[in-house]
Amino acid sequence: MSEKVSELSMLEAINETLHSEMARDERIVVLGEDVGRNGGVFRATEGLIEKFGENRVVDTPISEAAIAGSAVGLAMAGLVPVAEIQFLGFSYQAMHQIAGQIARLRYRTQSRFEPQITIRAPFGGGVRTPELHSDSLEAQFANIPGLKIVLPATASDAKGLLTSAIRDPDPVLFLEPLRGYRGIRDLVPDEEHAIPLGEANLVKKGDDIVIISWSYQVELSKRVAESLEEDGVSVAVLDLRSIVPLDVEALTQIVAHCGRAVVVQEAPETGGFASEIIATINDECFWSLEAPVARVSGFDVPYPVGMLENLYVPDEARIRAAVLKTMEEE
Amino acid sequence: MPKPNEKQLQMILEDMVVARTQAGRLWNLQRQGQVGTIAPIDGHEAAIVGAVHALETESDWVLPQYREPLGLRKYGPEVLDTFMLYNLGHPAGGHIPEPVKVAPSQISLGASIPHAVGLAWGMSLKDESGVVLVFFGDGASSEGDFYEAGNLAGVLKAPVIFLCINNQWAISTPTHLQTAADSFASKAEAFGIPGLTVDGNDPASVYEAVSEARNRATSGKGPTLIEATVYRLGAHTTADDPTRYVPSEDLSDAQKKDPVHTLIHEMKEKNLWSDAKQSEVETAALERIDEAFEKAKNTPLSANSLMDHCFASDTERQSRQRSFLMHSIGEANE
Repeated sequence: MSEKVSELSMLEAINETLHSEMARDERIVVLGEDVGRNGGVFRATEGLIEKFGENRVVDTPISEAAIAGSAVGLAMAGLVPVAEIQFLGFSYQAMHQIAGQIARLRYRTQSRFEPQITIRAPFGGGVRTPELHSDSLEAQFANIPGLKIVLPATASDAKGLLTSAIRDPDPVLFLEPLRGYRGIRDLVPDEEHAIPLGEANLVKKGDDIVIISWSYQVELSKRVAESLEEDGVSVAVLDLRSIVPLDVEALTQIVAHCGRAVVVQEAPETGGFASEIIATINDECFWSLEAPVARVSGFDVPYPVGMLENLYVPDEARIRAAVLKTMEEE
Repeated sequence: MPKPNEKQLQMILEDMVVARTQAGRLWNLQRQGQVGTIAPIDGHEAAIVGAVHALETESDWVLPQYREPLGLRKYGPEVLDTFMLYNLGHPAGGHIPEPVKVAPSQISLGASIPHAVGLAWGMSLKDESGVVLVFFGDGASSEGDFYEAGNLAGVLKAPVIFLCINNQWAISTPTHLQTAADSFASKAEAFGIPGLTVDGNDPASVYEAVSEARNRATSGKGPTLIEATVYRLGAHTTADDPTRYVPSEDLSDAQKKDPVHTLIHEMKEKNLWSDAKQSEVETAALERIDEAFEKAKNTPLSANSLMDHCFASDTERQSRQRSFLMHSIGEANE
């Protein structure tokens, strides 16, 4: 292995991927609010308009429904739209187009129209944003058949998964953790890097218990797992990378191996994707469990204002406590 | 303004008579329980057919709402064949085959308007010459999609034609409860695009307006909003009872302006139509829809199609569900 790598932030990795994919495939059109002249409010699309021109990098009016809806039409025209919803919470204003149109386009037209559409959106807490900027809505989208939902936890995965998302023939919601944009840095392959969608990553091996997570919560889970090693607990960490498609095999394998599991999500507890993971564990490997599977979640309240945020978002202490409690169960 | 010539008007009338005749057959099929809910076309024929005849089927797209399919005969027999599958509830009813540039019916009101803008925008990015015409009603114009898409189209100068068929009713809601604006066409002002109201009972007026809009669009001048005023002569759908809310005097006034009868009368005066021609067209129209219906009924259906076409290929979980489904009904997994 002599693959060249560079240390990049997740944001830099995303930006680099958009550049390389747009250069590779001239059908790609980037559209969204402030994605052109401003390079995106986080600079994820920086430099694209200069390189690819304003026909392919389009500042739209403040119209989430028209962004999602016109992406359907662009795909019908044979182009490959990569749309940005400035914050995932704003996707509520496009929900009827995402859920009611994009996700069903292939099914309702029996593949006459193929929705090769990527929607990128930052989400997740920890950076004291205004209202509706931090909400974790992934489970709401997971209940909509026809959408793939991809949530990278590292810069390298952001590149590998965004590449695959853009190339995927189906609509992909690509969710980028706000806290990870600049807070996560790792070694990213310089060359083309595509990670198949639906392959979880066992980011840390372990024998006693596994923490199952996605997006920024993987980062926290890794820290907890490493600190617990010092206490003699062997903790595995499974990064799902995508919740649709779900890597049932990797999930089953590691849960069966450890016999104990904790699922960590930032979303509210009720109806969160953690519930789906636990139901899957029940279906696939219930008899290998030595303890009930625990959940660490946000609370069942709207995402709170800044001064309450730290109480809401799962942190290392809450994950650690859940792991230790699950280890004590007989 | 480009007007339809006599030959074109004959073709327009023929398509209008076909639509009206087939709508009657479809209504009866629904009443016999042979097809699902239908939205009758009665009263909308001139607006729909007049508009479509101003388009080039090779290059121009039509995105219907759901009342239009019987009026899209110009786009080829595939439209009716697919529509009959759709009315049966067959999954193939959503797939109008290539290269026909017609999208399937859209149940979500106004939801196709942003699709039309994106499609028109994409076509211009690819230097394709056509335009996109999207149909919607007075009621759908109150949806956010109409405003967001109209605004975006204005900014992009997308080659799109917004055709609002104002039939005076959104199920039971009259237009004065739908908007306080002077007209639906006046909403174009907010988008910075031209808007005009035409008599939707007169196919020549609709044809002219759409031709003009098409010229604008193909010469890079962007979108046009056309409001075609008609009167819904039938029920909203087969599930609706308009006698509960449509004043009978309004309906009888509208019936005097029935677009099909009016044009038949005008064309007969000019010796461009006859009772014999009428009868010939009606007979052929019924034979044609009966043939399409038989074909639709005989189109095979596999239980697999419940799972097909959600994604390009099944997820692992969908494969498991597909196997479960096929096993539970004792059929082979395809």
